Amino acid sequence: MSAIGSPAKTLPRRVDKLGALVASIALGGLYLQPFALLRANRIVAPHPQALWNSLPTFEATAVAVALTLAIFALLFCARIPVRLGIAVGAALLLGIEAGRAGAHLLPAANTFARVSPGAGFWLLLCAFLIALADGLVRLGLSPYARLGALAVSCAAIGLFLAFGVWNDLSMLREYHNQAETFWREFRTHVALAGGSLAAAAAVGIPLGIVCYRVERIRPSLLNTLNVIQTVPSIALFGLLMAPLAWIAASVPGARALGVAGIGSAPAFIALFAYALLPIVANTAAGLEGIPAQARDAALGVGMTSPQRLLQVELPLAFPVILTGIRIVLVQNIGLVVIAALIGGGGLGVFIFQGISQTAPDLVLLGTLPVVAMAFTAAILLDALVDIVSGRFRGKA
Amino acid sequence: MIEIQSVTKMFAADAAVKEVSLTIERGQIAVVVGTSGSGKTTLLRMINRLIEPTSGAIRIAGRDNRSLPPHELRRGIGYAIQGHGLFPHRTVAENIATVPRLLGWDKLKISRRTDELLALFHLDPATFRDRMPHQLSGGQQQRIGVARALAAGPAVLLMDEPFGALDPIIRAKAQDDLLEIQRRLGTTVVLVTHDMEEAIHLGDKIAVMDQGALLQYDEPQEIIANPATSFVETLLGSSDRAFRLLSLENIEALAESGEAEGPTIAAETSRRDALGELLWSGRAAAPVSKREGIIGRVTRQALIEKAARP
Repeated sequence: MSAIGSPAKTLPRRVDKLGALVASIALGGLYLQPFALLRANRIVAPHPQALWNSLPTFEATAVAVALTLAIFALLFCARIPVRLGIAVGAALLLGIEAGRAGAHLLPAANTFARVSPGAGFWLLLCAFLIALADGLVRLGLSPYARLGALAVSCAAIGLFLAFGVWNDLSMLREYHNQAETFWREFRTHVALAGGSLAAAAAVGIPLGIVCYRVERIRPSLLNTLNVIQTVPSIALFGLLMAPLAWIAASVPGARALGVAGIGSAPAFIALFAYALLPIVANTAAGLEGIPAQARDAALGVGMTSPQRLLQVELPLAFPVILTGIRIVLVQNIGLVVIAALIGGGGLGVFIFQGISQTAPDLVLLGTLPVVAMAFTAAILLDALVDIVSGRFRGKA
Repeated sequence: MIEIQSVTKMFAADAAVKEVSLTIERGQIAVVVGTSGSGKTTLLRMINRLIEPTSGAIRIAGRDNRSLPPHELRRGIGYAIQGHGLFPHRTVAENIATVPRLLGWDKLKISRRTDELLALFHLDPATFRDRMPHQLSGGQQQRIGVARALAAGPAVLLMDEPFGALDPIIRAKAQDDLLEIQRRLGTTVVLVTHDMEEAIHLGDKIAVMDQGALLQYDEPQEIIANPATSFVETLLGSSDRAFRLLSLENIEALAESGEAEGPTIAAETSRRDALGELLWSGRAAAPVSKREGIIGRVTRQALIEKAARP
């Protein structure tokens, strides 16, 4: 594989390892695994459907030929823009055909039957997305171009949803059954993840500054936060229940503020506690990493202590602090799922409902948005980190 | 004028600077030279109170440097360090404007001053104003570092190994630029270096330090001719001292009437370089040029006589 960061527009003319892996995953998915799953209703065992049963014969043949050609083109074509084009085209084709399989397989006027994408679809999608991501990395895109690619991807998924391409698929059926709940839980999810992050930043950044300025308290503070990190999330939720229930019962007005043993209060506090360590540690590390000469110069030109902090130290540490925020945001988006277990709400609600009802598509309705959000947050903040650090390190 | 009066700095039980007293005249360049660990940087940093002395006093223009809060004192003293110490997140203009901004100058005055300093350091303001430090060469970064130190027109400039990170050719140019600018502005300069050659080239006076003590504080000629201790002699390099002495002055005063063959030597050339040229080209004398005309010749004999201990 060519080195990441030195964008070579073509790859060496031989089969590379990643290409071979991607091709074998895709071929296995295309020929050995079911493309779609048909269920008589939303919770019974599925009937796997191969690609040629999922679509009209002619269409199925055309899709199989097109995807096979795409797989071999990815294996042998060395030009990265072409590879990217093929991967994008194949992914779009898969998206469209998944929706069409739904329409083809559903018996007319049967509102109970469900169609969902099968293992074959997921393997193919996975293979083409790996090829796509690999191509994007090898292009060595600037942070702005990466944000652009993210926006285009979001817009593409938005268009698929807006035009109802997937409306016959079971996951979208689940969504339409409870669209209002979905958006309410989505908002709760975002609010819990974002709110606890904001609170942790508001507390953690000053704590990090104290850690940096007052060397004596650094080990004890960081160790305490480390211990919190090692407590499993469910256990932490459990640990918070009793004290919060007690506060709600005995402190006047606490209940009115939403404090309770279960619900969003313990979820918020646990997320906040988990978020503190990365933010405090990264703030302290970012401040420590400032070039000694810049620090000396800031003193030497006659800046007061607050001036040094605001004009020199924090701006220089900002990329590292932002990296801490990125870690926390991605971690929080995933952790909020657990909050549903203690009544905190969020998209985890659908996951646990789906598990208890053995309705896999309801699980997906909870999972896919969480994955998409975490992925988006990671790309967004990575690009932001590169932009702010590139400004003074010459990497942008 | 800077008066350092029996200043001592203890770090735990060790004295980094021991009972040092010296006076730096207004408008002069004093170079503090010594090996690492000699206390030279500690001494420099006590002048702008980046380090507080354990005992003794430092007066700048007659005022004790403890009569102002440290940050206000430092705004009135230029400070340039090795590897320039520019703020990497600020543009060249913002870096230069640091102290004027801290002093609350108005925007117009700051931008005029920034451009003036860039021009003074032979950097085109329109080209360099908005660059980031990482976009500059090492020599340019160093010049911006000195420009920032001079931005608010301080009477005193402290420099800690300012040319240490530069390659020899750029360093020589930077030293000459400093001399020219110092003469034009009349700034009092205290410069710390471990390089005796640099000390002799730049200093009106040289302070030699070893293990925290000031061994000798005198004009370069005196240091070369009469080193106070064997350490000073070692630092000078006994085999080089004749050439160091020659390097102090140029050949203009040595020009005598008469003819000579071969390429001319400019009157501003140091005696050391002129002798080197004569030895290399195998000539006994060479014509001396000043601006356009020939003002006479310089002989190998005259140069060699000047190399003898005064």
